[in-house]
Amino acid sequence: MLILAVVGCKREERDFHGLPSGSAITNPKVREVDLVPGGAAPADSVPGPYEENAYAVSQGKTLYNGYNCSGCHFQGGGGIGPPLMDADWIYGSQPQNIYETIAEGRPNGMPSFGRKIVPDQIWQITAYVRSMSGLLRKDVAPGRTDDMQVRPQEQSTQKAKPVQSGIPKSAELP
Amino acid sequence: MPLTLASTLVQQAHASLNPASPQVRLVDRLGTAMFVTAAVVCLLVFAALLWAALRRRSGAEPVAGGRQERPMKTAVLLATGVTTVILFVFLIFDVSVGRSITTNPGNDALQIRVTGHQWWWEVQYRDSLPKNWATTANEIHVPVGRPVVFELRSTDVIHSFWPPNLSPKRDQIPGNENSLWFQADSAGVYRGQCAEFCGHQHAKMAFLVVAEPADQFEGWLARQRDTAQTPTDSRARRGKDVFMSASCVMCHAISGTSAGSRIGPDLTHLASRRTLAAGTLPNTRENLTGWIVDPQAIKPGVKMPPNQLSGPELLALVAYLETLK
Repeated sequence: MLILAVVGCKREERDFHGLPSGSAITNPKVREVDLVPGGAAPADSVPGPYEENAYAVSQGKTLYNGYNCSGCHFQGGGGIGPPLMDADWIYGSQPQNIYETIAEGRPNGMPSFGRKIVPDQIWQITAYVRSMSGLLRKDVAPGRTDDMQVRPQEQSTQKAKPVQSGIPKSAELP
Repeated sequence: MPLTLASTLVQQAHASLNPASPQVRLVDRLGTAMFVTAAVVCLLVFAALLWAALRRRSGAEPVAGGRQERPMKTAVLLATGVTTVILFVFLIFDVSVGRSITTNPGNDALQIRVTGHQWWWEVQYRDSLPKNWATTANEIHVPVGRPVVFELRSTDVIHSFWPPNLSPKRDQIPGNENSLWFQADSAGVYRGQCAEFCGHQHAKMAFLVVAEPADQFEGWLARQRDTAQTPTDSRARRGKDVFMSASCVMCHAISGTSAGSRIGPDLTHLASRRTLAAGTLPNTRENLTGWIVDPQAIKPGVKMPPNQLSGPELLALVAYLETLK
């Protein structure tokens, strides 16, 4: 019981001031992976700060819709942008990969949001994106949707073992 | 209530015991009638209790099943009958009050859509022509003496719309539309509050209802429909660039510019509003600057992140926001 309570507290920890500024995590200066497709996971990956924080992941979910990620990636099924709820990853599935995808953008479509979204929120969105294919613990992934529910909750998504997919046709260099 | 006060603060107590609309007056009358009746009944019950207790003490062994029991039986039956009648009278009174505050307000009514967000209110004045729509936040202007119909919605969790002097409360439920109407009797500034616990900053989710004479209201609405002024001085122009290139633009809209996001309050006429952060702070330059730098220190948990702008950028941004009259 005690262990449960302690774990339960941890997953709801809310630090409203976000991550300490100036640290490696809010200010990743060194690019860890290539910005072009076909790259692998970063050699020295920074663990995402919110991988075990249910509150931050649900914030990420709100932001995912608020910042219109859903405009291209839809609710994870993809459309204009690639799907996020499957096992295939073009630019890597590690938190750091996803952070860089959001912050710096990727060729052929993904814009860079580094100047527009604060690092803390990018990490929240990163954690949420990972929850879409079941890469987070079940008790951390969101179990509720603000709007109409259009897919099974992230909480009940089966873990899709990440596969590094090849270079998509749209991203092939000429 | 005199509207001569230059103060931006509310002039009346935030209480349903101080009615400023026919709706709340009816509810207040019902409440008073119930309170007075209940008080009288309560006193009678205590008196009877006291009488019964003292009667026992004064000797005279009670005789079980004796003749003395008869008048008691009559008294109990009488009291039960009176109680039933009182409750029925209240039932009818209650239903009739409910009916009269929800009657059709007529075609003359003004329509306002109020959407609850964690933790602020989006206020939209709609019109048959969408170009005449006006969107603002946390401050609802209404004309005196004209019915106002509120369409109540929510985008996240359940909130409840409650300006106590003007209206009973009504829940705002995601995916559902509720409505209510009231009519302000006299000009004044009234405070309203979210009345359904909705998260960290539920307590700081307030709004103002500004009731003003019809011509004054129409003037205000015409100004709110305008697009934002283009800044003229160089610092404010620089501030506009800061707004458009920083994270502000991800959530806030300013009509007439490229900022069009709808997840935070519309800032087109920010400087014309009396308060900041849903009734949390008076709208002054100091408060606005502090709010932009660190909203989490003022309203922990609010969706707006702390900003790391340089000094000159921040001053320019505030100068720009102050032009949004």
